[in-house]
Amino acid sequence: MSTPARSSGSSASTLAAFAPSAARRRRDRTARGVIAALTALALVPLVLIVYYLLQKGVGSWSGSFFTSDPTGASFFKNVSIGGIRSAILGTIEMVAIASGIAVPVGIGVAIWLVEYGRTSRLASVVRFSVDVLTGVPSIVFGLFIYITLVVTDLLGRGLAGYKGALALSLLMLPVVIRSCEVILSLVPDSLRESALALGAPRWRVIGRIVLPTAIPGMITGILLAVARAAGETAPLLFTVGGANKLSFSPGGQMNALPLQIYNDILSPTTTVINRAWGAALTLVAMILVLNLIARLISRRSRLA
Amino acid sequence: MTPDGSTPKTAEMPSDELLDPRSTPVRRPTPGPAAGAGGASGTDPPPGKQAYAVRLEHLRAFYGSAEQVKGVDLELHANQVTAIIGPSGCGKSTMIRCINRMHEEIPGARAEGRVLLDDANIYDSAVDVVAVRRAVGMIFQKPNPFPTMSIFDNVAAGIRLSGVGRGDLPRKVESALRGAGLWEEVKDRLGQPGIGLSGGQQQRLCIARSLAVDPEVLLMDEPCSALDPIATLKIEELIDELKRRVTIVIVTHNMQQAARVADRTAFMLSGELVEVGLTKQIFTNPVDSRTEEYVTGKFG
Repeated sequence: MSTPARSSGSSASTLAAFAPSAARRRRDRTARGVIAALTALALVPLVLIVYYLLQKGVGSWSGSFFTSDPTGASFFKNVSIGGIRSAILGTIEMVAIASGIAVPVGIGVAIWLVEYGRTSRLASVVRFSVDVLTGVPSIVFGLFIYITLVVTDLLGRGLAGYKGALALSLLMLPVVIRSCEVILSLVPDSLRESALALGAPRWRVIGRIVLPTAIPGMITGILLAVARAAGETAPLLFTVGGANKLSFSPGGQMNALPLQIYNDILSPTTTVINRAWGAALTLVAMILVLNLIARLISRRSRLA
Repeated sequence: MTPDGSTPKTAEMPSDELLDPRSTPVRRPTPGPAAGAGGASGTDPPPGKQAYAVRLEHLRAFYGSAEQVKGVDLELHANQVTAIIGPSGCGKSTMIRCINRMHEEIPGARAEGRVLLDDANIYDSAVDVVAVRRAVGMIFQKPNPFPTMSIFDNVAAGIRLSGVGRGDLPRKVESALRGAGLWEEVKDRLGQPGIGLSGGQQQRLCIARSLAVDPEVLLMDEPCSALDPIATLKIEELIDELKRRVTIVIVTHNMQQAARVADRTAFMLSGELVEVGLTKQIFTNPVDSRTEEYVTGKFG
């Protein structure tokens, strides 16, 4: 600004000499257009799903929808076309049991991999196995529980809520291990070293330094695994069955949101099909909340 | 690591009959009023005790099959500052990481030879590695306070993590912070996170954290390379203070720094110790021509 005469004249011509050609600008515009179009294309199904869910699902939402079972039984007055109370509570209970199994085991494996196994051969075998497990389709976990626990006398025949929870925990386990392993390996080695150099035993370094640093990120990964398990239908189909009535007993058949949707959508009755949409919307909303919580926590993380 | 007998240097030990690693504590009974009071008097060295605090005997360090430190013999004199200089990759850091057995934390890394901390070989199978690290503290290149902890907790971490003498924690924290010259700056905000301090303050916090466990030896691996000149000056002044309490080894790339802080200086090249002597002699009248070339800036 202080020397306008000099800067305006010479720098304008300098910039012109460096300007890209018209053809190059056209190519840039085309490439950007293609990328934008592809992005829009990817968003189409997402928007449609949310649109249909809201359009068809919100209509069936009501007070009694959440407080009554498909059988019609309710906390308050019994209704004719029931809601999804047993499905919501069943999903919460089974996912809680599954998390209770998969989370401690998964964290344990992740700690072993990062802190003890490290580059050893056993650790790479474990890592490979976990990767294979991640790629196993969810229905296979259901089948596995079916042939080991449902049709044998090992723990008593028949469908049961805890068997579904076991299938879900198998499904969650590799996700928990992998996400926790990634977060734990993000903890800078310099922290471990300075703690070790203070004369701390390794287990104390893990408990006092590594885990407190990693925990926000680990919770994020765990919540995403929980969200995934909550939406799974296939592992539950032939392990839990799908009782309509409310049951908190994991030893017997239970209801779950994905099962409710699966059963209702096959019905010829419009009101029951609408209930499936309402249940689907509920499930998506629950998973969305989990994701939001995960995001909030990861924002607090000191690592990522 | 290595069986004691395999090292030919054993025969040269000045007081071989005293060498009983099983009963000799790693901790050196200092002449000071407090530290010597432990039950160690039975194995005390005779009055004419050796001048060194640490003695490396044919120390070799490996990463896998690559030999990074190739048989170093070196004595670190008690309550003196020894600077280790040499070009990048010459094995300075690897060598001092062998003095508190941090080297072996790296997968595939191992060390051979002996490191005597007052007549006890820290690589002896009966020695607990945790005890070694309590006796030999370490300051790293980058200040690394524990990010989840407050200033107070960072200093207390040393005491809590090693699980010794938790009594009177606030007093110990204060004395460690005073020792690191940080007390006046942080006494009103001990509850704030340690990572909120400036780089130089963070490094002094790390020094306080190490002092809190009351080590005999402090290893400093380029402690000022991430700091500005004023913060560097403060650390150097601090080193001068600290050598009354501890024996200090400082690895540095900065030869002026070595000249300013060190009583003795060792020059390393390609994993070998070329020369060690009084700092003044190393910088003005070195014996080895390679040392002279290095300190006059002809290479490195």
